[in-house]
Amino acid sequence: MKLSLHTQPDVPLEADVIFPDLLLEKTVSEAAALEIFHGNEKTTLGDFFTITDENNDGTVEVEGDLSKVKLLGSGMSFGRLKIIGNVGAHLGAGMSGGEIIVEGDAGDWVGREISGGRIIIKGDAGHMVGSVVRGSSIGIQGGEIIISGSVKNELGNGMRRGLIAVGGDSGDFTGVNMKAGTIVVLGQLGQRPGAGMVRGTIISTHNAELLPTFTYDTTYRPTVLKSIFIYLRKLGFSLDDEYINGNYQRWSGDSIELNKGEIFLYAE
Amino acid sequence: MVIQSTEIIDTFAEAFGMWAARVIITGETPKWAMAAARAMTGFATSVIGCRCEAGIEREIPSDETPDGRPGVSVLLFAGSAKGVGNRLVERIGQCVMTCPTTACYNGLEVEEKVIVGGKLRYFGDGYQASKLLGGQRLWRIPVMEGEFLIDESFGVQPAVGGGNFLVLGENLTVTLEAVEAAVDAMRIPGVILPFPDGVVRSGSKPGSKYKELPASTNDAYCPSLRGSAPKTDLPEEVTCVLEIVIDGLDEKAVGESMRLGIQAAVREGIVQITAGNYGGNLGQFHLHLHELMQG
Repeated sequence: MKLSLHTQPDVPLEADVIFPDLLLEKTVSEAAALEIFHGNEKTTLGDFFTITDENNDGTVEVEGDLSKVKLLGSGMSFGRLKIIGNVGAHLGAGMSGGEIIVEGDAGDWVGREISGGRIIIKGDAGHMVGSVVRGSSIGIQGGEIIISGSVKNELGNGMRRGLIAVGGDSGDFTGVNMKAGTIVVLGQLGQRPGAGMVRGTIISTHNAELLPTFTYDTTYRPTVLKSIFIYLRKLGFSLDDEYINGNYQRWSGDSIELNKGEIFLYAE
Repeated sequence: MVIQSTEIIDTFAEAFGMWAARVIITGETPKWAMAAARAMTGFATSVIGCRCEAGIEREIPSDETPDGRPGVSVLLFAGSAKGVGNRLVERIGQCVMTCPTTACYNGLEVEEKVIVGGKLRYFGDGYQASKLLGGQRLWRIPVMEGEFLIDESFGVQPAVGGGNFLVLGENLTVTLEAVEAAVDAMRIPGVILPFPDGVVRSGSKPGSKYKELPASTNDAYCPSLRGSAPKTDLPEEVTCVLEIVIDGLDEKAVGESMRLGIQAAVREGIVQITAGNYGGNLGQFHLHLHELMQG
């Protein structure tokens, strides 16, 4: 099924019906009649999208400038959602399976509180990627988020499991309040990475200024980083050999918490 | 059947159902991966005395291993899935975790699994940590040189153990040449030859005059007992017999390895090639030599 945006929304469009689990069971006319919200106004999918019956391979393709379209792929559990263009906030929120690929940039809250599946963003993404929602303490509990570009603040806030990889820079508070899981940032980490982390791993291929509650352990070549990097490369994440084979400083923290978290910084 | 001047006896190797695991060991250099693999497969020639059979399957180039380092693939066989799991915990814990720079990964993507890293992790004394990659949990156990990385669980599958053939030669020199050539030809994916460099001289028969022994020397094939044993299966000109035992992940791999080995062993001075069996009543796999050689 293919959806092409024909009318640009004036305010955010809450398109939480665009996910394979639901759409692949609908005919084109049934899909067009699905209710969505344009701001606080109830409307239908067909009022904004031209829907055609293409890609009968379990893929839902959505194209257009979707930067004001929110909640695409939210709650999906299987299949493939391909987005050609920029996409709005809450992409893949709460997903448990399947794959989302974005050929463009994404807004805030990509993959918030997911428990499985994979989100691949070819461009940049906003704040709170792979994060917990405000008021909760446990963020993503599984799944993979792979972003070729950069992201803004609070990447992986509260994450408990899963893997997030960022090809560019990340903003402030990367991995804040992490419970476990892995965050890889090939660019610069912003301020205060790992603040309040309990367990988990943050890896950066650049140096970073860490909080005083992190303690330097050693510099070595951890095999687990090689395994993570090679796994990411198999997923199409671009990575130089020097980062796979290099030495990393290991820092333990955050000592205001359990002190079982770790930050690896590329050393040479 | 005669190939070159060697008679292939119309008989069969009787092999048994076993369980197997494949372990991928990596290291900073090929030397250390191999050192761990050699240690892990030591004293693993026969389930009779070693509780498992294990061997090196092949060296693995770094671009095929999970961590991009040079590796070695090891196959380990035992009588049950649980037995394989127990032997893996013992041998990986004592021989691989102890070896500098190594990591250890599951090499069989099958449904049935045994917990290995999930048990060895306790060596970390609370400092161990895990990573979940592609649905597989890895354990990181801190050690004095860094950390030992190991998959939580390893796949186990039904397998075939005890494929064999015996090379009957006119003298020691030609028999050794024949089995060495055979072993070189037989190392294909999915099989191991668990005895020293693939060859065993102390072939056994089941039982013994001593009640506590489950197996004893195969007197019918001992040239020095020609005059004293109740019977001999040796032609007059034979003075030396060597055996090659094959364990494999399936019957096809064992059969193909045997075929390649027999093909490589036949030559002037090798009088016969035959196989060990127990009348067909014990093992569930019968690998007939003539059928194998006829393809």
